[in-house]
Amino acid sequence: MRAGIALLLVATLAGAALGQAASDDQQRPGGATTVEVNGRRAFSLAAANLTAEEQTRFAVGNSFFRRNWVAAPASTGARDGLGPLFNARSCSGCHVNDGRAAPGEAGLLLRLSVPGRDAHGGPLPEPRYGGQLATQAIPGVPVEGRLLMTEQALHGRFADGMRYTLQSPRYRLAALSHGPLDRQALLGPRIAPQLIGLGLLEAIAEADIEANAAAQAARGDAIRGQANRVWDAPSGQQRIGRFGWKANVATLAHQTAAAFAGDMGITSRLFPQTDCTAAQHACLAAPNGGAPEIEDDVLAEVVFYAATLAPPLRRDVGDAEVQRGQQLFQRAQCAVCHRPSYTTAQAPFPRLSSPALAGQAIHPYTDLLLHDMGEGLADGRPDFLANGRQWKTPSLWGLGLIQGVNGHQRLLHDGRARGVLEAVLWHDGEARASRAQVLAMSRAERQALIRFVESL
Amino acid sequence: MRGRVAFLIAWLLAGAAALAQPAAPTAQELRPVLQHHAALVHATYADTLTLARRLQQAVQRFVRAPSAAALTGARQAWLQARERYALTEAFRFHGGPIDGDDGPEPQLNAWPVDETYIDALIARRQQPISKRTLSALNTRDGEENVATGWHAIEYLLWGQDLSAEGPGDRPHTDYVDGRAANADRRRLYLATVTALLVDDLAWLEQAWAPARANYRRRFEQGDQESLRGLIVGLGSLSRAELAGERLEVALASRDQEDEQSCFSDSTHRDIVGDALGIQNAWLGRYAGLDGRQLKQGPALRDLVAARDAALAERLTAQMAESLQAAEAIEPPFDREILGGSDAPGRQRIKRVIDALLRQSSSLVEAARALGIQKLNWVRKP
Repeated sequence: MRAGIALLLVATLAGAALGQAASDDQQRPGGATTVEVNGRRAFSLAAANLTAEEQTRFAVGNSFFRRNWVAAPASTGARDGLGPLFNARSCSGCHVNDGRAAPGEAGLLLRLSVPGRDAHGGPLPEPRYGGQLATQAIPGVPVEGRLLMTEQALHGRFADGMRYTLQSPRYRLAALSHGPLDRQALLGPRIAPQLIGLGLLEAIAEADIEANAAAQAARGDAIRGQANRVWDAPSGQQRIGRFGWKANVATLAHQTAAAFAGDMGITSRLFPQTDCTAAQHACLAAPNGGAPEIEDDVLAEVVFYAATLAPPLRRDVGDAEVQRGQQLFQRAQCAVCHRPSYTTAQAPFPRLSSPALAGQAIHPYTDLLLHDMGEGLADGRPDFLANGRQWKTPSLWGLGLIQGVNGHQRLLHDGRARGVLEAVLWHDGEARASRAQVLAMSRAERQALIRFVESL
Repeated sequence: MRGRVAFLIAWLLAGAAALAQPAAPTAQELRPVLQHHAALVHATYADTLTLARRLQQAVQRFVRAPSAAALTGARQAWLQARERYALTEAFRFHGGPIDGDDGPEPQLNAWPVDETYIDALIARRQQPISKRTLSALNTRDGEENVATGWHAIEYLLWGQDLSAEGPGDRPHTDYVDGRAANADRRRLYLATVTALLVDDLAWLEQAWAPARANYRRRFEQGDQESLRGLIVGLGSLSRAELAGERLEVALASRDQEDEQSCFSDSTHRDIVGDALGIQNAWLGRYAGLDGRQLKQGPALRDLVAARDAALAERLTAQMAESLQAAEAIEPPFDREILGGSDAPGRQRIKRVIDALLRQSSSLVEAARALGIQKLNWVRKP
């Protein structure tokens, strides 16, 4: 669908930004990369300050992001190698319009592991099904199984007597191709998030993330974030994690190559193996699309594309209710973990990012740290240093635009929350005191808080 | 990097000039231009609809009695209608009827097509085939799960393009009972998606029809915001869509999947049609079907010329250059993109890209000259 076009004449907006005073800094979550856009394409535009050459890289990356891969052998040499096992045929199959998936779509995937750690300190794959449940396969290879979800209603009340209902999901597997899962198998449902501003998050200095942890430790209250430290294949070393729901990935290059391998079954130099286990004979015997199936130069353009999708301009910054919401956000201590602002440093791999992303004053509203979020949200599945109750603070920019892009506003790691307020009400553990403050708010205050978050 | 700095400086100077003279046209100056543009848009959609109805008749003849001759007739009708449709792409990218939130663009023009998706829908005999079901199945679970529109019909008429020299070569017997599996459902599918295409084009024609409470009326009364839409549309098609998505991407990947009309090998005509559509809107000129000529009226060019005659002249020349370069592309496009950077086909395409980039920069200048600051499209909440 050609609606995903990254416009434009957008390069000229950088010029517009130059002339503007620091007073509208708050309005530009991505600094000079920020684009003014809404509707279906709100997450699909390139950073406003890319060069003409970089716009071309973005367009090429976009093409490989959006278009389907096919099973080998095929008439297209550029995009063959899908599977044998996969969850989607393209990146955009889960990140529709560069946006966010909802439960019931391909973009809710199930990670699988068993207790223990692999050679790099990461999770141990489930012995028969590997690291995630593949819900699709090429002809002649059995699909691993289906993910079934049931929901249980949880009821509660605000201090003013208003009732609320949350949906608590339970997951179950059906039609498993190679018998039951390991008895100790750990299940981690994960929703595909919107992709804006990823290159900016990647360019936040590790020292800033460590400073977040130190500042929280010094508070002496329940909030005590912890950085994840994870294996980064492209650099061949441990780094602070920042992507994924448990900050289990450090760089966009790793994230992108891992998604090609795990979600689409497309091998790369970084991830030469697809997710076939020893028990999966048909999977192992299936033809491949060359080794590797995605070449370094093509992968580089997709990484560049993901790095340079821009955060959109904030809306309603001057609105009185939004400003009241911002005060409430501060008062409820939300900003301790959802840290508003940074100045970006350099990206880890300059050739896979843009100099336009460095030195920007950005407002992502995250500390990139892990926090114990309580039993209700826990998946019990550790990932590097993250334990089963910890989740990374997700960024909040663009939340108010998901509805326009994807037609829903399902939030949290498995999309269980139907909107901002439900997501807040799921906060527990380290965030229990903040949730208590929200429960005590008047209806008008809750409304203002939501308006603020949706303005970001 | 140096090129970029130069560009920014050039832009700042242009911006400064725009600030010095409050240049936004008055409503009085603007209305006739918007009215004439609306008439041009309507005439183009109306002709496209006429040709789509001819395509539908040809398809009906073919599915009633499949033969090689009837298939050729349907293919020719598709090519004619498609070429006219390409002119209308100049009316995209500013939230107009075609790609507003409930606009038909994804249903009408989605590509590239995953052929196996359509084949699977045809083969699944329990799957009902109707306008409603195909509409719902279009791009479900993936942007290439294209079930409807120009390129679905194109695939049904030509089949996969496996030949280096020519287009796809689907035999008419794919539609003959007993000669191919599910021929009955393939006939029904082809007739159904063609009918849906006609419906969508009729809806667009109505949205731009005169003297109604429709989009056209709002556009004509939209003053500076409508002018902004017009120019954002031309700029976006020039730079991001045509130069970027259709040409630069294909040059980079050298892959047939990046060829828009790949089954019929008519991509070169899509490119010419886009360039011509942009020129039409700029000049306020339109050569209609069957020799009908739209009466010349005031156009965007005239608004710009009143402020900066040299700029208007330059843009007119650049658009002619883009069109000429596009016409020089030699079919088939999927061969034209192959080879090293000095391959003649790739150089021909590069010339189109370069011309389009020059034209895009001038369009930015033209927007400034007209007092337009925001150059991407934001829908009013």
